[in-house]
Amino acid sequence: MLQQLKTTYTQDISLFANRNAVISYAVLILALLLVPAVLGEFYVGELGGVFIFAIAGVGLMLLTGYTGLVNLGQAAFLGIGAYTNAVLMTKGVPFIFTLPLAGLVSALFGVLLAIPTMRMTGFYLAIATLAFGSIIGTVFQKWTSVTGGFDGFAVPTPSIFGFPIEGTNGVYYLSLLVLIFVIWLAINILRSPVGRAMVAIRDSEISAQSMGINLSLYKTISFATSSGITGLAGALFAHYVRFLAPDSFDILLSIQFVTIIFVGGLGSLHGAIFGAMFVRLLPQFIAIVRDDLPFGIGRMPGLEPSLFGLVLVLVILFEPLGMHGRWLKIKAWLKDFPLHRRSGIRRQKTYARSERLR
Amino acid sequence: MEDAARLLQLVINGAAGGCIYGVIALGFVLIYKASEMINFAQGDLMMLGGFVAFSLIAGMGLNYWVGAALAIAIMAVFGFLLDSVVLRRVIGQPQFAVIMLTLGLGFIFRAAAGISFGYGSVTFVTPFTNKVENFGDIAIGQDSLSIVFGTVVLCAVLYAFFSKTRIGIAMQAASQNQLAAYCMGIPVRTIFSLIWGISAAASAVAGILLAPSTVLDVNMGFLGFKAFAAAVLGGFGSIPGALVGGVVIGIVEQLAGYYLPAGFQDVTWNSMLLLVLIVRPQGLFAETQRKKV
Repeated sequence: MLQQLKTTYTQDISLFANRNAVISYAVLILALLLVPAVLGEFYVGELGGVFIFAIAGVGLMLLTGYTGLVNLGQAAFLGIGAYTNAVLMTKGVPFIFTLPLAGLVSALFGVLLAIPTMRMTGFYLAIATLAFGSIIGTVFQKWTSVTGGFDGFAVPTPSIFGFPIEGTNGVYYLSLLVLIFVIWLAINILRSPVGRAMVAIRDSEISAQSMGINLSLYKTISFATSSGITGLAGALFAHYVRFLAPDSFDILLSIQFVTIIFVGGLGSLHGAIFGAMFVRLLPQFIAIVRDDLPFGIGRMPGLEPSLFGLVLVLVILFEPLGMHGRWLKIKAWLKDFPLHRRSGIRRQKTYARSERLR
Repeated sequence: MEDAARLLQLVINGAAGGCIYGVIALGFVLIYKASEMINFAQGDLMMLGGFVAFSLIAGMGLNYWVGAALAIAIMAVFGFLLDSVVLRRVIGQPQFAVIMLTLGLGFIFRAAAGISFGYGSVTFVTPFTNKVENFGDIAIGQDSLSIVFGTVVLCAVLYAFFSKTRIGIAMQAASQNQLAAYCMGIPVRTIFSLIWGISAAASAVAGILLAPSTVLDVNMGFLGFKAFAAAVLGGFGSIPGALVGGVVIGIVEQLAGYYLPAGFQDVTWNSMLLLVLIVRPQGLFAETQRKKV
């Protein structure tokens, strides 16, 4: 990728890369604030969904993209957050307490998952988290006294200091606020020693350990923050869908989350946002263009999952850095337009670490 | 007496179902031993194998045995091409890239099968459908017997192949040490593709064996996750371990389905899997190995 010339050490840990970034993010936030005034309710609702998935994506990005630990059971944490929030609210706890509590309970479960899986890496971890997600999913379905079983669970309307957060617009603004907070939190974690330790663990556990990084501590922290953030997303998700069904937190949702970070681009927070946009907006896009496609392609059943699979495969084969990586390349191409050379982009070489004895 | 007979019945049915998991797990293990890749689409390969057999036998009216053999051959070629065209490209990428790639491939297989065969469930008549053998108090369906028998035959064939033929020994060498095998003139890349072919063929065998006792549908590939549990239980690098793990999972699942309230089947094998991963991550049958730095 194109490198920026840094002249002071503070530049290395600054929140924004340069002044242009500050301006463009401010414009972006302003535009997002104005969206409900301009676009119809349908689009506002869809964008709200994108925000919620982006929050969960940022959570998973911290774990998988920055610490290098796969989690194929992330939907379980979304469910834990959603049910904690909804159940506490029916008990009469105000929303400003249930939202952080949902995050905390999820984080607690993240620690519970982290302790046994501490020494696992690679696919053993993937399988263990898969099993965890499946168990929690069954608990949601069977613990009918709390979750209502297959009858579902109507989520009460939240209110902050007496102002009810109603309708699509309320959830939209709330999710946007939480998303901005979560991104700010993630950036701060990543430029602190904790975040540097996470990246060190991702790049090589052995060298991280020999530099004095406590592997179990930082892996647990990573799991806890990741699942806590996903729990926040879950609490918002409960209000987004308004009616919780226990079978919505299944393996397919977990795979969607992993798709978010892979398609978006591993190891970048932008990637989580891009990926969430892709995962949430592709089905809507298909629904819109369905009737205009030739040869009746649009009416083929199973078009959506096959497109998901296809995009996932193509991204891994041809653009391992995902949408974010492609975006950076396009930016570099535009920047030195007529003189662009392929070798101007620094290529990252990755190696698989063998688990064998050699 | 009746309880004992019922227990025995459950165990036998479980063992038959478990053989299917074992055969799929065998596919995982073969690929993992050779190339350290994990194929999350193994269950979907089984589904494809079942559907190819269905279209050959029920659709084109071929004899059951001819159709089955042809389906296995087609799936073997498919597995070979899958590795040489797609999976070859991700060698060197981190392990979870392979996991996601095969998950994505599974989605594509499922959609392809859904588009060509429909999303309903189909079934075809086999020589074993709805026939029962009686042994005293116990009645065992011929479908279960055929599964156990087919698994034993498959294992014998694979064992003979890996220990007696030149190419089988080359495969063992390539999975023990790639570089040394390369230096000895073994075409390692072709060997890996062949192993994918064998693994896909084994999954097709599983799909065909499963056909008499259940209906085929597009989502039966999720059975592959149980095969994971089997492979982990047996230690992910051991072929006999995978089979034993599969049988254990199958029996536990049957017993849980009978003695526990509905819906807890999945919890039992998932918790078994977690427990094995926590307590004995190298599996029940593998020798302990430590990685050197």
